[in-house]
Parts: sequence; structure tokens; C-alpha cells
Amino acid sequence: MQWETVIGLEVHLQLATQSKIFSGSPIAFGAEPNTQASAVDLAMPGMLPVLNAEAVRMAVMFGLGIDAEIGMRSVFDRKNYFYPDLPKGYQISQFSDPIVGKGEFEIQLEDGSTRQIGITRAHLEEDAGKSLHEDFHGMTGIDLNRAGTPLLEIVSEPDIRSAAEAVAYLKALHSLVTYLGISDGNMAEGSMRCDINISLRPQGQAEYGTRAEIKNVNSFRFVERAIRHEVERQSDILEDGGKVVQETRLYDADRDETRPMRSKEVANDYRYFPEPDLLPIVIDEAYVAAIRDTLPELPTAKRHRFMDQYGLSAYDANVLADSRELADYYETVVSACGDAKIAANWVQVELLGQLNKAELAINASPVSATDLGGLIVRILDNSISGKIAKQVFEAMWQGEGSADEVIDARGLKQVSDSGALEAMVDDVIANNSAQVEQYLAADEGKRKKLVGFFVGQVMKVSKGQANPQMVNQLLAKKLG
Amino acid sequence: MAIEQDEIGKIAELARIRIAEEQIGEVTQRITEILGMVDQLQAADTAGVEPMANPLDATQRLREDEVTEINRREAFQAIAPAVENGLYLVPKVIE
Amino acid sequence: MHNQTVAQLAQGLRDKAFSSVELTQAYLQRISEHDATFNAFITVDEDSALATARTADLRLASGDADALTGIPVAHKDIFCTEGLRTSCGSKMLDNFVPPYNATVIKRFNEAGAVMLGKTNLDEFAMGSSNENSYYGAVKNPWNPDLVPGGSSGGSAAAVAARMAPAATGTDTGGSIRQPAAFCGITGLKPTYGRVSRLGMIAYASSLDQGGPLARTAEDCALLLNVMAGHDPLDSTSSDTPVEDYTAALGDRLEGLRIGLPREYFGDGLDGATGTCIQAALKELEAQGAELVDISLPSSSLTIPAYYIIAPAEASTNLSRFDGVRYGHRCEDPADLHDLYTRTREEGFGDEVKRRILVGTYALSAGYYDAYYKKAQQARRLISNDFRLALEQVDVIAGPTTPGPAFALGAKSDDPVAMYLEDVYTLAVNLAGLPGMSVPAGLADGKPVGLQLIGRHFAEARLLNVAHRFQQATDWHTLSPATGGAA
Repeated sequence: MQWETVIGLEVHLQLATQSKIFSGSPIAFGAEPNTQASAVDLAMPGMLPVLNAEAVRMAVMFGLGIDAEIGMRSVFDRKNYFYPDLPKGYQISQFSDPIVGKGEFEIQLEDGSTRQIGITRAHLEEDAGKSLHEDFHGMTGIDLNRAGTPLLEIVSEPDIRSAAEAVAYLKALHSLVTYLGISDGNMAEGSMRCDINISLRPQGQAEYGTRAEIKNVNSFRFVERAIRHEVERQSDILEDGGKVVQETRLYDADRDETRPMRSKEVANDYRYFPEPDLLPIVIDEAYVAAIRDTLPELPTAKRHRFMDQYGLSAYDANVLADSRELADYYETVVSACGDAKIAANWVQVELLGQLNKAELAINASPVSATDLGGLIVRILDNSISGKIAKQVFEAMWQGEGSADEVIDARGLKQVSDSGALEAMVDDVIANNSAQVEQYLAADEGKRKKLVGFFVGQVMKVSKGQANPQMVNQLLAKKLG
Repeated sequence: MAIEQDEIGKIAELARIRIAEEQIGEVTQRITEILGMVDQLQAADTAGVEPMANPLDATQRLREDEVTEINRREAFQAIAPAVENGLYLVPKVIE
Repeated sequence: MHNQTVAQLAQGLRDKAFSSVELTQAYLQRISEHDATFNAFITVDEDSALATARTADLRLASGDADALTGIPVAHKDIFCTEGLRTSCGSKMLDNFVPPYNATVIKRFNEAGAVMLGKTNLDEFAMGSSNENSYYGAVKNPWNPDLVPGGSSGGSAAAVAARMAPAATGTDTGGSIRQPAAFCGITGLKPTYGRVSRLGMIAYASSLDQGGPLARTAEDCALLLNVMAGHDPLDSTSSDTPVEDYTAALGDRLEGLRIGLPREYFGDGLDGATGTCIQAALKELEAQGAELVDISLPSSSLTIPAYYIIAPAEASTNLSRFDGVRYGHRCEDPADLHDLYTRTREEGFGDEVKRRILVGTYALSAGYYDAYYKKAQQARRLISNDFRLALEQVDVIAGPTTPGPAFALGAKSDDPVAMYLEDVYTLAVNLAGLPGMSVPAGLADGKPVGLQLIGRHFAEARLLNVAHRFQQATDWHTLSPATGGAA
């Protein structure tokens, strides 16, 4: 049977606030255990939550970013369950009235095609602490530094149909939230974690199949792998006539498999009810409008503009609009050199290639956007060839200065002086009589190939600095 | 509404309270009495009435996003039943 | 000295009739003489009290004194006190020494008041007789065979027995007013949100409110002046401006409209208690107030609504007591489940467990709508009754309790009978209104409380009515035999 994969994602996004959502504790990554856990975070008796204004602002910003309904009156609820990383015995979350309602946004697939993915809702909640399972004489250690870190849980509709779409969705989400500046999106540090709801149904069937939930997957690669494994597991079960059990599973990256979670198997009754220590959050149109005014151009809009304004392909536009910093860099290069396509090529191939190799972020690039634009200007005005330009770029990367400085210092300026070039061409013809004879004997078709040999020789003599077009013209003239 | 003993068991499990075998009967009896009393509520006509969670119907104030807490781990852990290397210890958690 | 009111003692300190150290010593002396009988205190910290008194004396000498500087006060053992065990009347917190102060405690400290100790209470403030304490029942100073009321029974008994001139309490369903009534003293439950709940161990978050217990309305006003105010660390704390609650105490009552809810004078009311209340109302009428018959038609929903909402909130407020970060932890837990279930079995008493179970049930899947949501809807109906009534009248008056203090053990095996004791006090919490209990006579030698209920943030009005009443009556000056002459 042909199975269709149905995926919905719940992304837990850590918001880039200074302090926790309900206390004034810092949220720096990697602090010593429990040094960032205040009396509120530890659920000491009598302690009370107070809501962080910035968390609310960021949630609304996200809602506007996906063109969603904003919850003008949203409510915090208690989600009750016992777990040692949950000090109060309940998580403060939003259940019935979230701050962000229905919205949608566009994702782009590898082949350049786009899809709209629905967002069911996004709500504010607090993170739990961490259980450390290293052996403390058979005990588990609890670190509550992360408890109370502000999270925005973004729930998608079951609109995703493949691992590739899931990854494209996450990348687009990552791009959006970093554009908005509401999260650092650092997956390695857990700033973006993903629960995957996944089920299969026979192709063409309207009802959904029974789903499994894979918890806490924290990299694009693992999402892809976890989905592939889960699809395989479920289709094996279904092909054998079996039934998928609704359950929570863990993706084990070391073994590259999913397995059932033992601890949360008992059907939980979370007993949601309005958190009486907090009051409804009521916002007004003016508040929302003020936030709307601060929104930057968002990735989808930028991508479309890059295609329209610069004539870029969907693929190029997607790569260059991926982050605000990269997009800004690219546009600075364009305005410095005036040629959007060559700029796109240089930024994507040379610059990103080097940055990736050096594991540097765009804002740590040793070559500034203006300097890269300056380099392209020298290609466009024939001062240097594309090949020499790569050498110049290498030197600029090493810190040898701007394009012009490197060209001057290394004497790389292209030779376009017809007298000098003519002398070189004459030399090459004189020293390669055998090839000249071969050339003269050849027909029109083969001549085109053979002329390359002479161009190469001239370039060699000129150390690559000869203007290739002029060399071609001279050779054509001299060889007849 | 009468409540069965096994239902009390489920509720006690949700609340993580152990009830000794010999007390289940007594506890069930008391809870049944209390639920009998609160069941008077079922007669009330509350159709269309907005539930009231806060007596003042007030709305949430927001706190400036500032770090105001300092590290007080030593003081907090001085009153903890079991800590090691700055961590609270609990019996092995199985995920 | 111990028969003086806070206002008189404050004057005495200013007049240098005695020092704060002398005053504090006198009360510590009374505690050591009498508390073995009444069990009003869980913890007394003499050294710290005397040290604070010495500092207060310096402040008094320098002229930099507030109204309560140097005045001894007892605090209900539900307010967290930095460095001093805060048990909440529970084995669960028998070893709990908070590393922080409740906002209320901070405010008393800043005012220079002297903390005598921490008073006994029903465990986690759940109870109406103070028999539910891990530290044993509190006895009523009027007769040690009687309960003092609860849950602030230790505070009420301490004031009634002249072991403290004033005390703090908390009131979730009557826990200040009912013990004040049973012990013949004055108690005020402020409007919800008037006094910070930060550091006050939560029973039911949307109902809990701290307030003063003292001998007179004037003293309650002096204490409320210290306690009231906005706390940015409590989201439910109100930023409505605070007044000087002593300013209007003497205002005349002419033209005051006092509503008498029919439902509070029905069959359930004890005859002798009713007689006292009627006499008290006559006195207010004599001072020019107008008595108006009113109705609170949803009154019958009060007990069921309260006994769903309060346990529901409590059931999750008390989830944090899990043996991991503080408080009791069972010996040698076999696994995590054992740690939780045995710690909580051992740490909580029967009534606390019952309320956690009822609350868990009311919130659980399939029952939420029938119980919790329905109760919150009933809460709005009850609240609307009061809103409408208080548009017609300035103050509502009636009995605080259906009858006077009952015998120890009389109801302790019957939770439902115990819950019915709160019939007149619960609605005030559901509606978030301020309420007071004022001594209004003796029924068979046992104190009776007149309850006054006002509009939101109208504490000054209630205190004014109570003060005028106390200017004309001497019920509040009566003292239990063991406490010496009036």
C-alpha cells in the first residue's frame, strides 16, 4: 500500500530575554548548576510568578510575523504533573486562551517550490529544569537553572508531509525568529527543540492514522533521521497488519532509533485550570500596532523582493535571505558593485564557502561587504579576471587589505596594453611552430579548440594577467 | 456523587499521596460526604455565566525584563534534603 | 501593660512610660506563663525579639519611630520569616527555615515592630477549629475546653490571652474573622490584593488574604497601615492607593446604610448569638445608621463553591511539597514514586490530604466542568449578589459564625459539619471583599462576633463602623478569666 506521512511539529522556542519569564533570574547558558535558580524558580513556599513584559512582546511579534490572530486577552493555566525537574508540580503554560492564534507561513523546499504551513497556535510557557543521569550513587541530579526560561511553543497544523518538509519548516521558522530577534535559535544549546507528531494513512484517506510523538529532537539532522525511522517503523507495523500505538517516543541519536519513553507512559491527566497567581494578559490595539511598527522585513517578503528586484532564482533568494545578517551583507555588496547576480554568486560561492570552512558567522567575516563589492567592481571594469579575483579574495580573507590594495601590492592588474600583449602573442606563435602548423591545417571546428592552447600559453607568460578577450582578438588576427 | 475506592486510588495517585490500605475505606467515606455536600451546586443554574477566576477581575501587570536575582545557591541548598555538586538528588529517574 | 491596646502601648513608648525591651519582656513573660495552657505559639524567639526591641528603643530615642516601632506582634506561622522556622502547622515544613521574608514580615520589620514568635494554625490554614495542627490543637483562652476557631487560632488566642497585643493572620474562608469571633477580639480580612501574598504560604491563591487581629478596630487600622500596599512581586496585589486607615475611624454613622442579608439570619443561626447580633445592630442604628433588609439569593451556593475552588487551588499549590528541595523527605525512598507518595503521606495531615484529594478530583478529566467550572460560575453569581447589594447599602452586617466556639473534638471527625461553620464567612473571600469581625457580646459566656462586610477597598469604612461601635460598647475590652481583669 502507498502510505502518506502526516506530520505536525511542536517547536519550543527559547525567547531571547535577559531574565526568566516569571522571575528576575538570569538565563545565561552553561552556568554552574542551580546558580541561576531563585526562590521563585525553586518553588519555595510563598513564592509567586510575575510576568516578563519582554516575553509578551516577543510572542506578539511572532504572531505578527506569521500574520496570526493575536490573543488580545490570553490566560495562563497550570499544567499539573509531578516530575523532579518541575519544582512547583505544575508548569505555567497557556491552554485555552493562547497569546497567538491561527496563522500560517511559507516554506521553501530544496527544489525551489513553496508551501504554506498552517500554525495552529503559539503560547507562552516556562521551561523545566534538567535531570542529569550521571551516576550519583544511583541517584539523579537536578539542575533548575533552566526552570522558568521563557518558551514560545509553536504548534503547526498537521500540514507537513515528509522529513524534507519538516526540515524546511524548521529552517524557515529558524530564519523567521532570528529575523525578529526573539530567539538566538541556537539548537545546540536547546533554544529550539522540537516534538514531532507523526502518523501514516493510506494515500487518499481523509482521516488521520494513530500518531506517535517523538519528544525533544534538537537538530535539523536529527529531525530528518527521527522522521525517516519513525515512518519506517510505522509502515512496517501497518504493512504487517498491525496497529500503531499512540505513545511518546524518544529519538536516540547515538543508536539512531526511536524508542518508547518509559516515564511518561501513564496517561497523564494534567488538570489544566487558570493559574490563580497570574491574571489575564490583556493587550490593546495600540500595543499591537506599536510592535507592528518595529517589525523588520521578514524572510518571505525579502525572498520575493530578491527575486523581483535582483532577478535571483528562488534557490539563490532563499539562501541569501536565510538570515538578516546575510541578506544585509548581500545587499551591501550589490550596492557597492551594482551587479546583483555576480554579487549573489560571489557571496554564495566564495564567501559562504570560506565562512563554512572556517566555521564563522557572517558577521564575523574577515572580508567586509563593501570590500567584496570593491573586488567585484574590479572584475566588472576588467582590471582583473575572475580567476585573479579569487586570488585577490584569498588575500583579502588573509587580511591583506582591500581589493585595490591587494591588486596594487601584488601587481595583479590585468594587462590590457595592446603593444605588450602583441609582443607576448608574437613570442608564443614563434615558439610553438608545430602547434601553429596544426592549427593552420585544421578545419574551423577544430581551430576553436586549438586556439585555447595559445591563450593558455599567453596567460602563462603573463602570469594570468593578460586580458583574455584582447588575447583572443590578437590571436585570431595573427593566426589568420 | 458516590466515589468508588478504586477511583480514590486513582486520584491519590494523581496527587502522589500514598494511602495505607486500612485507611482507604475511611478516606473514601469522608470524600464521598464532602462530594455529597458540594453536589448541591449541580442544581444551580449557571448557564451563560462567565467563570470567575479572580475576585477583582483584574488584569496582569508586566515586569521589566531585568535580572534582579543573584546566586543564592548556598542558602537555598542549606535547607535541601539531599544535594551533591550543587545538584538536588532524587532517586534514579528513568526516561 | 498587657491589657493595653496597641494604640495605648505606642503612646506609652513615646511617653517613655516603658521601653520596648520592657514591653517585649513582659509579653515574653506572659507567653512563658500561659502558653503551655493554650498552645498558641509554635515558635518563640526571645533573643531575636529582645534584639529587635533594643533597636526599636534606639529608634524611639532618636525620634525616628513609626507608629508600630517597638510594638510586639505575633505572626501566624504561615508568613515566611528569614532564619526562623516557618512550619505552616505541618510536619512537611517542621524543618523549614526560609532564606527569605514574606513581604508582610518585611513591612513589620521596616516599621520597627518586634516579632514575638510564630503562632499556631490549622495545617496549611485548612481548618475552622485549629485542631488540624501538627503542633497540637490551640485552646480557647475563654475556656480551654473550647476551640479558638481557625485557621488563625493561634494568633487569635495569643491576642485574647494577652500574650501579644496584636497578631497577623490569613483568611481564605474566614480564618481571621471566625477565630476573632470565637476569641472575643477584632479581626480584619482586607480586600483581596490589598496585602501582599508574597512569602505567605499559599492555601488557595485566589482567596487567601493576610490581615490583622487585635483587640480593637483602631489597632487593626494601625496594623493594616503597615501591612497594606502594592507589591510588584505579587501579580494579584492591587495598586489601588493605600489610605491612612486611622484617619476616618471617628466619622459619625448618621446616614450609613447597613444591609442585613435575610440569608444570614435564618434557621442555622444560634439563638443567643442572634440576640447579640440584633443588639449590636440596634446600637449602630442608635448611632444614626439605617438598617436595610437585603437578600443575597445565591448564598446557598457559597459552601459548595468554596469547597471546590479552595481545594482545587490547594491541590496544586501543595504539589511543590515533594521532598526534593526543602521540607520533609521520607527515609530511604525506593524510587522516585516512593519519594513522592511516602513523603506526602507522612508530611501531610488528614484534612490536608482530604482537600488535596477533593481538589484533584474536581480538576480531573471528566469532572472539571461539573465541579471546577461550575463553582467558578457560582462564584460570579455570589459576587454579583454582593455587588448589587453594595450598590444599595454601604456596609453589610450579620453574624460572623452560626454560633459561639464549640468544644474541642466536637466536630473534628466530621469534616462536613466543620465546613458548615464557615457558612457566613466564605462568600466574602469568593467575592474578594473586605470583612471584619467585631466583639458583640457573650452567648452563654462565650464571645460572639459581628461581621461587617464592605465594598472592595473600603477597609477604612469597616474600621470606622467597628470603631464607633467599640466607642459605645465594651465587649472588646472583656478579657477571658485567665487573661486578667478587663
